Amino acid sequence: MTGAAPMVVANNLGRRYGDRWAVSGVNVRLAPGRSLLLAGHNGAGKTTLLRLLAGLLRPSCGEVLRAGPVGMVGHRGGHWLDLSARETLRFDARLLGRPLDLVGAEALLVRFGLGDRGNGPVGDFSAGMRKRLALARLVLQDPAIVLLDEPYGELDADGSALVDVVVKDLLVRGKSLVMSTHLFDRAAHLLHHGLVLDHGRMAWVGPAAEVPAALGQVKAA
Amino acid sequence: MTVLSQTLAVAAKDARIEWRGRARTAAILGFAGTVLLLFSFAAAADTKTLTTHAAGYFWLALLLGSVLSLADAFRIETEDDALDGLLLLPVDPRAIFLGKALARTGALTVLALMLMPIAAVLYNVGVDGSWLQLAAFIVLGVAGLAAPGTLYSAMTSQVRGREVLLPLLLFPLVVPVVLAVVKGSGLALAGDPMGQASSWLGVLAVFDLVYWSVCPLVFSAVVER
Amino acid sequence: MKKPFPREHFLGLFGLVLFAVGSWMGLVEAPPERYMGEVGRILYVHVPTAWIGLLAFTVGFGFAIASLRSRSLVWDDVLVGLVEVGVLFAAMLLIQGSIWARPTWGVFWTWDPRLTTSAIMLLSFVGVLAMRAFIKDPPRRARWTAVGTIIGFLDVPLVYFSIKWWRTLHQPFSSPETVAGSMVWPLRINAVALLCIGAWLVIRRARLARHLRRVHETAAPEPSRLVAGD
Repeated sequence: MTGAAPMVVANNLGRRYGDRWAVSGVNVRLAPGRSLLLAGHNGAGKTTLLRLLAGLLRPSCGEVLRAGPVGMVGHRGGHWLDLSARETLRFDARLLGRPLDLVGAEALLVRFGLGDRGNGPVGDFSAGMRKRLALARLVLQDPAIVLLDEPYGELDADGSALVDVVVKDLLVRGKSLVMSTHLFDRAAHLLHHGLVLDHGRMAWVGPAAEVPAALGQVKAA
Repeated sequence: MTVLSQTLAVAAKDARIEWRGRARTAAILGFAGTVLLLFSFAAAADTKTLTTHAAGYFWLALLLGSVLSLADAFRIETEDDALDGLLLLPVDPRAIFLGKALARTGALTVLALMLMPIAAVLYNVGVDGSWLQLAAFIVLGVAGLAAPGTLYSAMTSQVRGREVLLPLLLFPLVVPVVLAVVKGSGLALAGDPMGQASSWLGVLAVFDLVYWSVCPLVFSAVVER
Repeated sequence: MKKPFPREHFLGLFGLVLFAVGSWMGLVEAPPERYMGEVGRILYVHVPTAWIGLLAFTVGFGFAIASLRSRSLVWDDVLVGLVEVGVLFAAMLLIQGSIWARPTWGVFWTWDPRLTTSAIMLLSFVGVLAMRAFIKDPPRRARWTAVGTIIGFLDVPLVYFSIKWWRTLHQPFSSPETVAGSMVWPLRINAVALLCIGAWLVIRRARLARHLRRVHETAAPEPSRLVAGD
């Protein structure tokens, strides 16, 4: 338990669709540099919880308190399909108030394995490449709170290794990070805490390394 | 960053995407041109009547084409969930709206300029009045379509039935714009002996002022989930 | 438990009785209108309908702003009632206008600025109601209805003045405008009557909206005692 002031706090967070509560009664508390592994079966509410934490969804009950800006890599790329990767990065940078010159853009693209595809429209990218670009945009934004929804999806071995490197780097630099993934063994080494959701409710919390066992128990119950 | 510079950045992005998708603009132009042709058949009138009513036909064709263009403003934001990412960046939502509406105004102005020669030929129209007035009516007119059109585009892009909802909501709303531009551009084309065009310009100016100031304020209510 | 009798029914009943009185005075008792003859009697219904219809949308405008600021869905419950009643009255206005126009001018529709504005207002707000049908999430539906109402209402004076100027360039049809001064009582009575009837309908609709909302608004399950993270 760290003594640092938390970067993101959720109290009794819930979201309802019609008469169904997709997420309810969730409490989260993360200090800078701490991370949370979010697990649960399909439809357990992981994506909804991440979007609530991001502020992209308004809670039906409870609240989220954030001490800094949020960045998210979601299921879909979040790209403008007619822009090139380079143009996308430079546009983001412009809005962030930290303009990116061509050299900087190129360096970022190369780092994420997109060095030779900076010119064509993102619409031509494969799903894995779009995910790489989304990660590049996240790193460029450098937010205080990082939310990753199945970041390893669609990525090859190199891409997945890239995710690991990025996550480690972000945590070292003091970001708060929440990641939902099915690759528990991989994530357990990187992340501190774990949360298992079941039908939108908190079913288990504990160290990230114990998530696979906990998930097995929740399923059996 | 100021709201103005953010607005310009968003407008530039949208303009760039519009340029990349210019094949679609050409298709919209083709559609509007076809509508112009159909009007002349449907009216079944002599050339003199067509010339007199040319402004009306032109603006109706442009209005129908503009619905396709306005829908684009948010199609690009929803097809890959780009809007979510944009909302997480430190951008003022008003700048997002104003930038997109500005880009739409530009796109519709280009559409109008390309449609004009077609109308001029089909309806045998020349500019006997004032070119300047005509230009003013075109720009203020499409601006009047673009502001509420961009707002409604933001709303309807998120729900089913978007193709019918956008014109259903927009068309009754822009009646003052249609009246003013048709009357006004008709006067600019034919000559305006009694100086009435300026009062129609006034109607347009008031409409544009009201909607360009109110729509940015309600925009954030429309994009949050 | 027996449901309490809704008190707004008294309002509605009062309004209907008043409407019967005012209409009888105007349609039967009062002398025929000076210029328009018997047909002019429709003014005793037409003018109050116009007033109350416009009032519904104006009050709706206020509720729409409140709805956006407050996030409480109660404002939306009433707003949907106000918009629907406004649409109803606007439709009645158009029907009455046609009934007046046919014997007077031989046509069903005159491009009278006030009537045409009502037609456009009707279409505008029917559009807002149609949009509601496509949105399932109540908070979003409330926000969008409010935005649509604000945008639509701001348009009304603009539509009215632009049509008025447009019409002055053409042969103007006379509109059912003035009423002889001594005949003002049936008008006032009917205005109050329609106000009561309108208010009754709005309250009923608002209750219905709230009931439907509450049926779906399942309570939040209790908070978890767990905390994820530190």
